[in-house]
Amino acid sequence: MGEQKSMTIKGNMATAMGAKLCRPNVIPAYPITPSTLFPEKMSEFVADGELDASMINVESEHSAMSACIGAAATGARVCTASASQGVALMHEMLFIASGMRLPMVMAVGNRALSAPINIWCDHQDTVASKDSGWLQFYAENNQEGLDLMINAFRIGEDKRVLLPVMVGIDAFVLTHTIEGVDVPAQEDVDDFLPPYEPPHGKLDPKEPATFGSFGTPEYYQEFKQAQVEAIEGSRDVIDEVFEEYEEMFGREYNKATPYYCDDAEIVLITMGSMTGTAREAVKKLRKEGKKVGLIKLTVFRPFPSPELKEILSGVKGVAVIDRNISPGAYGAMYSDLAAAYTNEKEKPILKNFITGLGGREIFVKNFEEMYEMTKKAVDTGNLGKPVEWINVNEDVLR
Amino acid sequence: MTVKITIGAINKKAGSSKEYKTGGWRTMCPKVDLEKCISCYKCYDYCPDGAIKKIEEGIEYDLDYCKGCGICANECPVKAIVMVKEEK
Repeated sequence: MGEQKSMTIKGNMATAMGAKLCRPNVIPAYPITPSTLFPEKMSEFVADGELDASMINVESEHSAMSACIGAAATGARVCTASASQGVALMHEMLFIASGMRLPMVMAVGNRALSAPINIWCDHQDTVASKDSGWLQFYAENNQEGLDLMINAFRIGEDKRVLLPVMVGIDAFVLTHTIEGVDVPAQEDVDDFLPPYEPPHGKLDPKEPATFGSFGTPEYYQEFKQAQVEAIEGSRDVIDEVFEEYEEMFGREYNKATPYYCDDAEIVLITMGSMTGTAREAVKKLRKEGKKVGLIKLTVFRPFPSPELKEILSGVKGVAVIDRNISPGAYGAMYSDLAAAYTNEKEKPILKNFITGLGGREIFVKNFEEMYEMTKKAVDTGNLGKPVEWINVNEDVLR
Repeated sequence: MTVKITIGAINKKAGSSKEYKTGGWRTMCPKVDLEKCISCYKCYDYCPDGAIKKIEEGIEYDLDYCKGCGICANECPVKAIVMVKEEK
């Protein structure tokens, strides 16, 4: 094992370093705030001769994803980056990448969607793509951004999976924030991630084949079923790969990571960078003797219902904190968790909190407030509103 | 014909779309009166499915791929093509 090199780098640099260590062959990308540094860094690596890859400059994100699909079909290892409107513009092609079962990795700088135009952090962009058949991982910090990129290639390329993966890092809070990151040695990543050889066919002029073929009503549904079986099958692969990564590189990853959950009555669930602040709030509340825990959700697709239910067994109330909203319904994490509990007899009270949209700060006191509201719902049986908005600036609301 | 599905719908055979006989979608079928046809081949030019073949005097339909859209009948300057309901 080579030594890991400590670097102080921005989140975009961390995902770019992670991608570079995976030796991608093709990088089609279109710059967008806050992900621009990713394609910039990748093109520097290529220009400086540090990475042997083709950088494809495209005229839109739709073209970027189209080029990713074409390149991945040839058996190339492909990565790209985007955010917000860019991910939205790719929407059509995202389904084609997953339907054609083409592994590739996209680093997303999670950013709000217009209107009004906003470049800051929330999870609406990738959450709006949750049904696209991609696996979705969310990083808490820059180290996770780098590590998850490497894991994403390995998991997506596994013959039992063969699906594309998004790795989300929060806009600015991670993309533009400098943190200490341990970067694995190239030879170790080479051992961890063997070269990719697609088992299901390659786009090759010497051996013509039909790609993206027509699926009539007699076959289409079975294709979709097979695709869903693949993402269901990725659950075990994710566990295996995370475990192997931990053995090799010493950093633990889980689909859902508990913190102080063993004896907890109330548990907060978070995704992304807000987890760090939530952890501080839990520490503070624990010092006050309150039985509160925290779950960090790293893997959002496939949704880890079994793991969450296991951690939450015996818990009385759960505060599901969504940095996204499905207007007219709930936050995405809440909907999925509520669905997972539908047919269970024993279940905790679930409360849905929406906060942090468009870069709204989330403070320790906000997590304390969400804890208190959930505790109150448990103690009084008065569940409050179906969706609670937190850290609202009442002065600007009408 | 039953086909086993493949991962990612990749078909190892190229040009396999020809095996899908889209003529089955048709409800109206073109009929050409070669007595009236002046061999201008406008129908050949306009057919979106390449389902019309030029013959020495006039045209012939490849009904395996004709979807019955009627563009040929609409474009024919001498009204030599009519669309008739197909009996199935």
